[in-house]
Amino acid sequence: MTKQISPAAGLDRHVGSARSRVDGPAKVTGLAKYAGEFAAPDLVHGYIVTSTIARGRITAIDSSAAEAVPGVIKVLTHENREKTAEKAKAYADMVAPPGTPLRPLHDANVLFSGQPVALVLAEDFETARHAAALVRVRYAAEAPETDLAALLPKAYDPPVKRDGIKPPPKAWGDADTAFGAAPIRVEREYRIADEHHNPMEPHASTVVVEPDGTYTVYDKIQGVANSLMYLQGAFGLKDDEVRVLNPYFGGGFGGGLRPQFQLFLAMLAARDLKRSVRVTLARDQMWSFTYRPGYIQTVTLGADEGGALQALKHHVVHGTSRYEDYQENGVNWSGVLYGCDNVTLSYNLVQRDTATPGDMRAPGAVSGMFGLESAMDELAYATGQDPIALRLVNYTDRDPVEDKPFGSKALKACFAQGAERFGWSRRDPKPRSMRDGRELVGWGVATGIWEALMMPSSVRAVLTSDGKLELGNSTGDLGTGTYTILTQIGADALGLPMEDVTTKLGDTKLAEAPVAGGSWTAASSGTAAMKACRNIASQVFVLARGMENSPLANVDFERVVFTGGRIAVAGEPERGVSITEAMRAGGFDRIEATEKAGPDTDFAKQYECYTHSAIFAEVKVDEELGQVRVTRVVSAIAAGKILNPKTARSQIVGATVMGIGSALHEESMLDHRLGRYMNRNFGEYHVPAHADIHDLDVIFVEEEDKANPLGVKGVGEIGIVGTAAAIANAVFHATGKRVRELPITVDKLL
Amino acid sequence: MNRFEYVRAGTVAEAVQAFGAGARFIAGGTNLIDLMKYDVEKPGRLIDITRLPLTGIEERDGGLRLGALATNAKVAYDDRVAQRYPMLRNAILAGASAQLRNAASTGGNLLQRTRCYYFYDAGTPCNKREPGSGCPAIGGVNRIHAIFGASEHCIATHPSDMCVALAALEAVVQVSGPDGERSIPFAAFHRLPGDAPERDTTLKPGEIVVSVDLPERGFAQHYTYLKLRDRLSYAFALVSIAAGLELDGDTVKTARLALGGVAHKPWRNVEAEALLVGKPATRDNFQAAADRIVAEAKPQSENGFKVELARRAIVRGLEQAAAGTPQSLSDKRIQ
Repeated sequence: MTKQISPAAGLDRHVGSARSRVDGPAKVTGLAKYAGEFAAPDLVHGYIVTSTIARGRITAIDSSAAEAVPGVIKVLTHENREKTAEKAKAYADMVAPPGTPLRPLHDANVLFSGQPVALVLAEDFETARHAAALVRVRYAAEAPETDLAALLPKAYDPPVKRDGIKPPPKAWGDADTAFGAAPIRVEREYRIADEHHNPMEPHASTVVVEPDGTYTVYDKIQGVANSLMYLQGAFGLKDDEVRVLNPYFGGGFGGGLRPQFQLFLAMLAARDLKRSVRVTLARDQMWSFTYRPGYIQTVTLGADEGGALQALKHHVVHGTSRYEDYQENGVNWSGVLYGCDNVTLSYNLVQRDTATPGDMRAPGAVSGMFGLESAMDELAYATGQDPIALRLVNYTDRDPVEDKPFGSKALKACFAQGAERFGWSRRDPKPRSMRDGRELVGWGVATGIWEALMMPSSVRAVLTSDGKLELGNSTGDLGTGTYTILTQIGADALGLPMEDVTTKLGDTKLAEAPVAGGSWTAASSGTAAMKACRNIASQVFVLARGMENSPLANVDFERVVFTGGRIAVAGEPERGVSITEAMRAGGFDRIEATEKAGPDTDFAKQYECYTHSAIFAEVKVDEELGQVRVTRVVSAIAAGKILNPKTARSQIVGATVMGIGSALHEESMLDHRLGRYMNRNFGEYHVPAHADIHDLDVIFVEEEDKANPLGVKGVGEIGIVGTAAAIANAVFHATGKRVRELPITVDKLL
Repeated sequence: MNRFEYVRAGTVAEAVQAFGAGARFIAGGTNLIDLMKYDVEKPGRLIDITRLPLTGIEERDGGLRLGALATNAKVAYDDRVAQRYPMLRNAILAGASAQLRNAASTGGNLLQRTRCYYFYDAGTPCNKREPGSGCPAIGGVNRIHAIFGASEHCIATHPSDMCVALAALEAVVQVSGPDGERSIPFAAFHRLPGDAPERDTTLKPGEIVVSVDLPERGFAQHYTYLKLRDRLSYAFALVSIAAGLELDGDTVKTARLALGGVAHKPWRNVEAEALLVGKPATRDNFQAAADRIVAEAKPQSENGFKVELARRAIVRGLEQAAAGTPQSLSDKRIQ
């Protein structure tokens, strides 16, 4: 529960302005170190041997050839490794879904293809990799089940709901009857392929054994607190025995929310050998854990002739593993986005012999909104309406699920400004009506929505009498710009140049913060930073006012501003003192404060908080050859206050590219007989190349939102939601062919 | 990657001499090193041939001789190639990336191996990697696989773009080996999988490619290299077309057409080419040739679309060639 506080006066010099990343120089010069780059004396290198079957048991492991290779220290398997916590619960991390978490090298059972079955430890990486190829594993294999479509009859409602994920709301009205009575009806199945996150930086962990026997761990994770919790649970380590760091991050997208098996294995090996160990995953091993699960979903829309929705049903089925019931918000959006009196939302899982899927940038929204927003486009054609007009007919200012107003919702302005920028009014709605030479031209639109969340977070701020400020907490900067925005907030709050503010992140020794995900970091850690800085400001103010002959005597805190390293009366810049003078006069070398921030429960009782977007896409499709190009995307984003238009724009642009990938390229292809993803490399798992990306235009429609004192909602995910639907809708407009299965590859257009 | 012996050859004779069971020649290494990391290739000895004097591009019999060690970039950006064999230039530049083309050699390009998923995955069977182990691509994930000339043992495709143009140009591969030197017509250099898919080419053990000779006829007026793939850059061809025409007014005098991404080797159909000769360069005639070619197609479970895509691509490629408007490399769109 956060006390309502008003933004500090002067919180506008850097906040709200485009600023380059403060971590940029370190990243481009190579000074920034990543989890797999930290060195330690006598470092051991581990290489993981993974299962080639997807289901069954290991019957024998012959490591003798591997162990005979000079430089190999040991091969760890389930048969010879140290015992760790017996209970599966001990391996549950902060964001684990219900079920039994994977316990690496726990026993002979194989739960998915690519599961670690041995860890080869050697004096250098190349030796470890070579020896890993010599480990002979024999299996008693069973036929795997990985084909979602074939497994649909086994779909089930997950009995235990995932913490933090709202299950579908209870149905309201009578959707079936209303659908039957509706004059205009659309009922379609939509599919999206399995996608893997594939950040540039592969997962890696370096466990350094310190001389005092404690562990310093560098782990690729979106929140070091989660790795700490996991290590403590699995290995029974105490707080002071282990410290986890991850100062820099080469891309996460949700793939780094949960500690992965390389962390467990690196710690297991470090304890076994009593030496520092690094385990880095090979690119193909990045297909051995979390992924965006493919969907088979049905959207049912009934409307009157004017397009007003009378019935809405959305049913999703996706895969999970045999051992955990991963859940995401795949259908709730359909209840929140449009006003409709008869709504039924349902969400089922199917167990497959794969690793547990996981959160991938806007989890659930990317997949579910592809279905909903494709169906809305189909409804627009069925009613003969403009797709934007249809959405406005069904617009709602209240969340129908919670029956509360939105804290802010500038979606209408997104449509208006996006349409203007895109030139939507020049669109001839008839499919195949626009062309450019041999190419058919299509324009499509879709809505995006994501939750504007806050999580409990804390920030510690330290001001020293030389006028330098340091901010820190344990969250990670995934490349989103967290370092930069916290620095901006600190600089503004205390009137310092950004160069005098240092932000430290990704260290369990820093103030506790949640994992970085869900687009909540700017709101959560940003607010905590602002509060910590305001706390310091008030302390400095007391010192300044207490100075002999203080020009601030008898001035209230609310009347002073911090600027240029000074505290002065607002509007009277000469009437003030420098921070340094005030601290020295008070005898302080440093002032520190730690503040917590969290969701404003009072606000949440009254309002629902979401970000929204209107995505406009232009495609050009070679009429004969079916080659699709996305030549323009305009993304109009309503996400509250934008703290840094430069880093925020990068978030939207990156997410748009990822959305184009989802629409046209990304697909992890399973061989269902082997239960194995086959295109496990960047050559064959396609993400957009530069040639696939043309004009991307971002509009921020700023909103005044009072969910937190910064007015920020977060922009990490919203840019990808709706993008694939906008593209698919544009492909229909161009070609007259409705592709209901992503990715839209050439075979679907011939 | 396995442990291996490394030897450096100073002459072709030394290289051939150094060859033995389990040895591999290495030049740019852009494919071989990958395959070693994936544990697909496990050579006991690498014979480094990068010091051999085979990097030149020379005039020969009215054509050009491309040294086996001339990099893909060197060939693509050679003025003579650009002027006389623009189809070859375009094919090279349609493949890989600038960095790879700077390292990859002419000979190595001919000898690169398939990108079949199963071939690359040592955790699955593959007749090409381990003869007799089976071919899970048949009935498996095979949308990128062959529609021509496959066998029950292997349905892999040859991944090269450059070789498709070389096939259309009827280049000749000069090789040197334990039994001396010989010339191999390009059409006879790569082979179909048959019952020995582990063999990609007709090279004999110890033979080394020393040059690729381009005949005089370069089709510089009427050519194209049209590559269709799952994204607009840095992907292997689903279907590619190298087309070269000689026209007399509107009439086709000579036609060359090779397809990439559809077979274990660059795919030519000389009967279809002959269908075009002496006839007007019209869409109808191009369609007749395309129909003749795809009539032989035998698609797999997931790549039936390639038949129609190939048919349409052939027509488009011939149209581009006839019109003298080859597929552009800088404008990232299909023309």
